[in-house]
Amino acid sequence: MSILVIAEHDNSSLKQATQSVVAAAKAIGGDVDVLVAGENCGGVAEAAAKVDGVNKVLVADNAAYGHFLAENLSELVAEAGKGYSHILAAAGTTGKDFMPRVAALLDVAQISDIIRVESEDTFVRPIYAGNAIATVKSSDSVKVITVRPTAFDAVPAEGGSAAVEALDTVKDAGLSSFVGEEKAESDRPDLASAGIVISGGRGMQNGDNFKMLEEVADVLGAAVGASRAAVDAGFVPNDMQVGQTGKIVAPQLYIAVGISGAIQHLAGMSDSKVIVAINKDEEAPIFQVADYGLVADLFEAVPQLKEELQK
Amino acid sequence: MKVLVAVKRVIDYNVKVRVKPDNTGVDLANVKMAMNPFCEIAVEEAVRLKEKGVATEIVVVSIGPKAAQEQIRTALALGADRGIHIETEEEVQSLEAAKLLKSVVEKEEPKLVILGKQSIDSDNNQTGQMLAALTGMGQGTFASEVVVDGEKVNVTREVDGGLMTVSLNLPAVVTTDLRLNEPRYASLPNIMKAKKKPLEAISPADLGVEIAPRLSTLKVEAPAARQAGIKVADVAELVDKLKNEAKVI
Repeated sequence: MSILVIAEHDNSSLKQATQSVVAAAKAIGGDVDVLVAGENCGGVAEAAAKVDGVNKVLVADNAAYGHFLAENLSELVAEAGKGYSHILAAAGTTGKDFMPRVAALLDVAQISDIIRVESEDTFVRPIYAGNAIATVKSSDSVKVITVRPTAFDAVPAEGGSAAVEALDTVKDAGLSSFVGEEKAESDRPDLASAGIVISGGRGMQNGDNFKMLEEVADVLGAAVGASRAAVDAGFVPNDMQVGQTGKIVAPQLYIAVGISGAIQHLAGMSDSKVIVAINKDEEAPIFQVADYGLVADLFEAVPQLKEELQK
Repeated sequence: MKVLVAVKRVIDYNVKVRVKPDNTGVDLANVKMAMNPFCEIAVEEAVRLKEKGVATEIVVVSIGPKAAQEQIRTALALGADRGIHIETEEEVQSLEAAKLLKSVVEKEEPKLVILGKQSIDSDNNQTGQMLAALTGMGQGTFASEVVVDGEKVNVTREVDGGLMTVSLNLPAVVTTDLRLNEPRYASLPNIMKAKKKPLEAISPADLGVEIAPRLSTLKVEAPAARQAGIKVADVAELVDKLKNEAKVI
């Protein structure tokens, strides 16, 4: 068996999710190679070569891959993936975009968002927003899989010394082009991999009030998230959404503030180690999953929390 | 231009999902079913394109059992012009769904195909991308804005870290995210009118597609239940517990 992991990165740094996908690959077994596709991504390839347990790094460095357009990336991966028994990528918005396209080009099924490896052909994944857990077996010769990064402990970023090999093939499907992007700039840790997350819901009432959460986050070194209700209401941008259709997080500590706990939100955070809920409605479903619940007005409790943490 | 919208019949999103005691799947007997929420957004976007004069005809297609015609009628009541029902009682996985839709695309030749980004039952998030690959089209997944401009469509996508806009040649595939639009409700007169709109029923065999699932589900279990913890009296107690009991800060 040999496994090709498609690196998740932003052309300058390797995302930690890649190390979690390598961990999933090691759970399957066999040689693990990593493909870094991007533009001016040599530094990422060097970082990938150092990741513990990586056998070889393939680099496709070309403008066609600079913005990770699925049309181009999928053709590259479908070709570079020939001969591998498994092709794995993180189930972030990039992997979710291009991997099903790879599977279709190879005429195989995709197994989405796995949380456990049972054997080389059998995997465990949540369905129905995590209300059911399915064990599925693939009969395809090549397994195309997206991995939920929070479900696998990242392998160390150091310890490997893989060979780096350049791929010359350029795949430009000519179907799509990049127009622009609006990236939220933040000095706080990445939501998907942060050790502590503090999220706000509809109870925050408006976007300005999220500053209160940001202040607590800065004391704790935490990332700030939100429920779908808060995003839909326009309080905060979409990339902060935690839940079934947003980001899946599993930090050491998750603090839910003014979040009622809709099932779709719980699907995105219920694997957190410790959950704290602050809500003035003591009947809120969030308390059913919280390790520590505080029934209180968040506009009093959150400033107090900041003060108490600074002591 | 013609717009094709694919919709799926799924468990209603308000229904509490229960795993069958024999672990073979989820209990769907006597459970309320509805159009997948992301598919409703897809229908709404097509109807808005028609109201703007961009779309001229909306064809809605669904794959599934006889009862899936209810969801096609719903889409017709919301403003789609005609329906195609690919009837099968078998489980249809994403790759086969994409192959069936590819056959419909080849016959109907739409300029734009709109689908939900994922269905809330299998949570796969695959069919739109697979359809785009099989038909050689570009794809704008997780769309929060769709602007048709001549022979191109600009799609703003909800991605990790923010928003990204791509330009796609038409024909193209778009998959919807939550904030693309807010679907309307069908009015009673439109529900009545929808009953008279054309709905063609065909089989997978008519489209030359064999249903041969590649994935088999060995078992379906309920997730490990999380126990409710304790209520703390105040913020001081909370911080004390986090520091000294849970030891997470």
